[in-house]
Amino acid sequence: MGRGGGSSNNNNSHWNQQQQHKFKPKWMKPESNVKREEKDGVTVTEYTLSRRQLKRYAGRKVVDPKLLQKYSKGEGVVQKRYGRKNSILRHKMKKKEEKIHQAEEEAARTETLLTESSGVLEAEEGTYTAHITQKDIRNAVDITTAAKGFDLQLPFGPYKMRFTPNGRHLVLGGRKGHLASFDWVTKKLHTEINVMESIHDVCWLHTEQMMAAAQKEWVYIYDNQGTEIHCLKKLDRVLKLEFLPYHFLLCTSSESGFLSWLDITLGKEVIQFPTRKGRIEIMCQNPYNAVLCCGHAKGTVTMWTPNKKEAVMTVLCHPRPVKAIDVDPSGRYMATTGLDRMVKIWDARNMGEQLQSYLLPHGAMNVKFSQKNLLAVSLGNVVEVFKDVISGGASKSYMTHKADGIVTDMQFCPYEDILGIATYKGYSSLIIPGAGEPNFDALESNPYMSLSGRREAEVKAVLTKVPSNLITLDPFTIGQVDVPTLQEKVDAKAKLIHVKKPEIDFTPRYRMKGKSGSAQKFKRKQKVKEGQQREYLKAAMEQRDTLLSDTTDNNTKQEDKPSEVLDRFKPKKKVQKKTEF
Amino acid sequence: MSIKKINVISRNPDQYLRETKRDIHKVQRNYDPDLHPFEAAREYKLALNAVKLEKVFAKPFIGSLTHTEEVSAISRHPSRLSCIFTGTVDGEVLLWDIATQKRQWQVQGHNGKVWCIVGAPDGNSFFTVGNDKTIKRWSLEDSDLPIDTWLCDTMVTGLTHHRYRQEFVTCGQRMLLWDVGTKAPKTSYDWTTTGDRSDATTTCVKFSPVQADVFASGDHSNNLVLYDTRAREVKKLKMSMRINSLAWNPMEAFILTAASEDYNVYSFDIRNFDNKSRVVCVHEGHTSAVTDIDYAPTGREFCTASFDKSIRIFRTTEAHSRDVYHGKRMFRVNCVLWSTDNKYILSGSSDHNVRIWKAQASEKMGILAPREKAAKNYNEELKNKFGHFPELRRIGHHRHLPKHIYNAKKEHRAIKDAQARKEANRRIHSRPGAVPFIPFKHRSVVGLQDEIPSTSGFSPDQSGGGDEDDEEEDDM
Repeated sequence: MGRGGGSSNNNNSHWNQQQQHKFKPKWMKPESNVKREEKDGVTVTEYTLSRRQLKRYAGRKVVDPKLLQKYSKGEGVVQKRYGRKNSILRHKMKKKEEKIHQAEEEAARTETLLTESSGVLEAEEGTYTAHITQKDIRNAVDITTAAKGFDLQLPFGPYKMRFTPNGRHLVLGGRKGHLASFDWVTKKLHTEINVMESIHDVCWLHTEQMMAAAQKEWVYIYDNQGTEIHCLKKLDRVLKLEFLPYHFLLCTSSESGFLSWLDITLGKEVIQFPTRKGRIEIMCQNPYNAVLCCGHAKGTVTMWTPNKKEAVMTVLCHPRPVKAIDVDPSGRYMATTGLDRMVKIWDARNMGEQLQSYLLPHGAMNVKFSQKNLLAVSLGNVVEVFKDVISGGASKSYMTHKADGIVTDMQFCPYEDILGIATYKGYSSLIIPGAGEPNFDALESNPYMSLSGRREAEVKAVLTKVPSNLITLDPFTIGQVDVPTLQEKVDAKAKLIHVKKPEIDFTPRYRMKGKSGSAQKFKRKQKVKEGQQREYLKAAMEQRDTLLSDTTDNNTKQEDKPSEVLDRFKPKKKVQKKTEF
Repeated sequence: MSIKKINVISRNPDQYLRETKRDIHKVQRNYDPDLHPFEAAREYKLALNAVKLEKVFAKPFIGSLTHTEEVSAISRHPSRLSCIFTGTVDGEVLLWDIATQKRQWQVQGHNGKVWCIVGAPDGNSFFTVGNDKTIKRWSLEDSDLPIDTWLCDTMVTGLTHHRYRQEFVTCGQRMLLWDVGTKAPKTSYDWTTTGDRSDATTTCVKFSPVQADVFASGDHSNNLVLYDTRAREVKKLKMSMRINSLAWNPMEAFILTAASEDYNVYSFDIRNFDNKSRVVCVHEGHTSAVTDIDYAPTGREFCTASFDKSIRIFRTTEAHSRDVYHGKRMFRVNCVLWSTDNKYILSGSSDHNVRIWKAQASEKMGILAPREKAAKNYNEELKNKFGHFPELRRIGHHRHLPKHIYNAKKEHRAIKDAQARKEANRRIHSRPGAVPFIPFKHRSVVGLQDEIPSTSGFSPDQSGGGDEDDEEEDDM
């Protein structure tokens, strides 16, 4: 046997060697498979591949695993969990998994079809990109791009601003009542009005046709002609506005610490409740899961959904008041700044885990992520943009800009290399190469949308309006298996152990011959009731006993398990002796 | 200036806008998951929309073919897809074109009710059976006189034709096998339980379309009987209630489905006819006797007609109906037919009408554009994926039922509960094992009588032990 086994091993190793030898890339050698010919002074090389090599390289190009990871839809179902019992189910699951995998791969392959490339800025050796001014950039780029960087001197500041999700339109709201919206690329003004009240925040609704402004008392909705469409008196003394585009919810935070969600398709309030955290000035949405993040003076960041009147998460981020929060468009990272002069980057899906922290010369009043994860912070009238903040490589700023006035609001324009900043003295747009996503998805948000396209998109968006009760920290809970939590399991078990007597509703039948007197009736009723309850409790007790005995058995077994050599000298258990007799 | 390299996103609008107004819009795609948030939630919403739209478009009624009398029989045309034959209780036989909803031909076929119409497999003729104890064979060439007429001495209530041979079997007071060429029956399959022939009057008979020599019948003494013309082998299953109609699954030849008087429909596996697993599925839902049944040509679904003034569609593997069709003026349904192209269901009822229904209530008729087709397929897939969610299930399962069905259902529920309660009480107060647990599937099956047919008859008491009478039956 041993010899036979040995020989077979030898054979195997020999076979392997042969294999290895065969797989050496012979075709790389120029002599064997390459033909070179000179034709009209040009050398033409022909590579001929053997049949085996052709087989190896046949089919479609293999997708880069890193790219596959980007388009991954998750791990998939573990086949073993379903066991071997139900082969039909197993087969179905396998087919489904294959389809999902195929979809991932096809999506990854489309990467080659993307036309635009991301922006780049490199400085010459010995200099820094931070030293490059906006003027230098405007001189260096083409004329249409240069026109995208501009300054507006406006007298009704301080201003608040917001871009539409497709990055085409801009709304500005001045504290002194100036409300203006325009197509900032073509510089075409939609409307400009004075609302004769203070404006605290502005926000686009689902299209550029409608915008909301948080004014002194209430929130107003204007159309792009400047006509007041609605006055929302339910939303009073609002400081911050957010719009959840997929849920059609207008979210507000107020001076009195109230959060409210308003469904703009119905005009109905979904929920409004006090946070009991005081004035909420700092609020942003997480675009990944539509959860609202609020920053507080105690240095905490809280997260809120319309389905729970308590914060779904509270994190202590800074020892001093939080001044600004932002979540990156993919929802992976959150940046917070505080009066302790720190900028901190957090893992937004696993809060409490701080990824990076940077010390700034002053406390930053604004912080914003771009689509390509550049981070802009404003320190007084200075705007600094950092690159690679997540990997920790941002020791020096990528770009800096000194504005005319103190920066009050800013936002990176989606799908453009532009950072818009609103100050006390107006608005300016800065060109920040490499900030925006170069390739948009026209079915999601299209900067070149036509009128009919917008109408169609509006209808489709309303049709796929996500119900507000699906807002959770993990947006994929709806597509996952509903597994009971540990708490639910514990509760279920406790319910089994502590059973109550069931209430028995029994009315005795009427009987003749003096058997239906009230006393007789009561007796009969009691008899039936007790009998049934006793039976129920008996069954419940039995169930409980089996449950408890199971757990105790497990415990004893666990105790028995670690046996050692010296155990034999221990005194034997009495119970065992009894069983022997 | 210290810029070494600079590149800023600068799109040429010409690449993103269509050139002319007649051009289609350019759609740039980027499948990056970060640009498509809430994928699962949006898909769920789409699934919800799909289910709601399905309900919005669920208008199955297409039209009705008006008769002068109650419709008693309905049959496919043996060679044309769009035509059907109907028979009325006053003996008229009519040929209808479904596409135009027009009557094409009409004849006073019988004196009295037309019991059954069957197309001949040769594709050139069809048979009718009337209350006047005659079987007639008609040609398809619009002649008002039948090709052949067979006179019987007993009542005939049903007929089924062999798929390949020129033979047919009639049921009624006697089970007779006829050859098309001769005027007298070849064989009889009489098998009474008490010796009294009227007791074993058969109500329905059906040849299997796949196992061509096998046929089944249901009779007034609540038997479901399986025959084989080659061996005369018979298996007889006693049910608690009468079988009104039978249908064979055209795709799974071993599945025989029986519409019963006890409001249920039973699917049998004839391979397991001898043992307990013979009942594959009990299809519930009707609130009155089920009168007729017909399979879809795919073998995945069947429809049933009932005395409760409704028709139901069942999936073969499911116990409860997929859909229920009813009309305000529709009365008791006598006969039902699933069209050969799997698109329509026809039901003949006692309100002098044959109604045409869509087999899929929300299906769009006519040719679908490629985008419509894609949208339909996508919606189907979404419904599969999210169909188990409570809200989707609630919307998808909701049916508006007439009051009488709703009330009858409630009443039957109460009766069933009372029976279950009574049995449970009886079990509590009896010796353990005295009141056995009988699965619902087996309740309405009394048992099997394994016998060879004989004209002599036997009493059910003798047959209990499974004794075999070896007498040959008379050839006629």
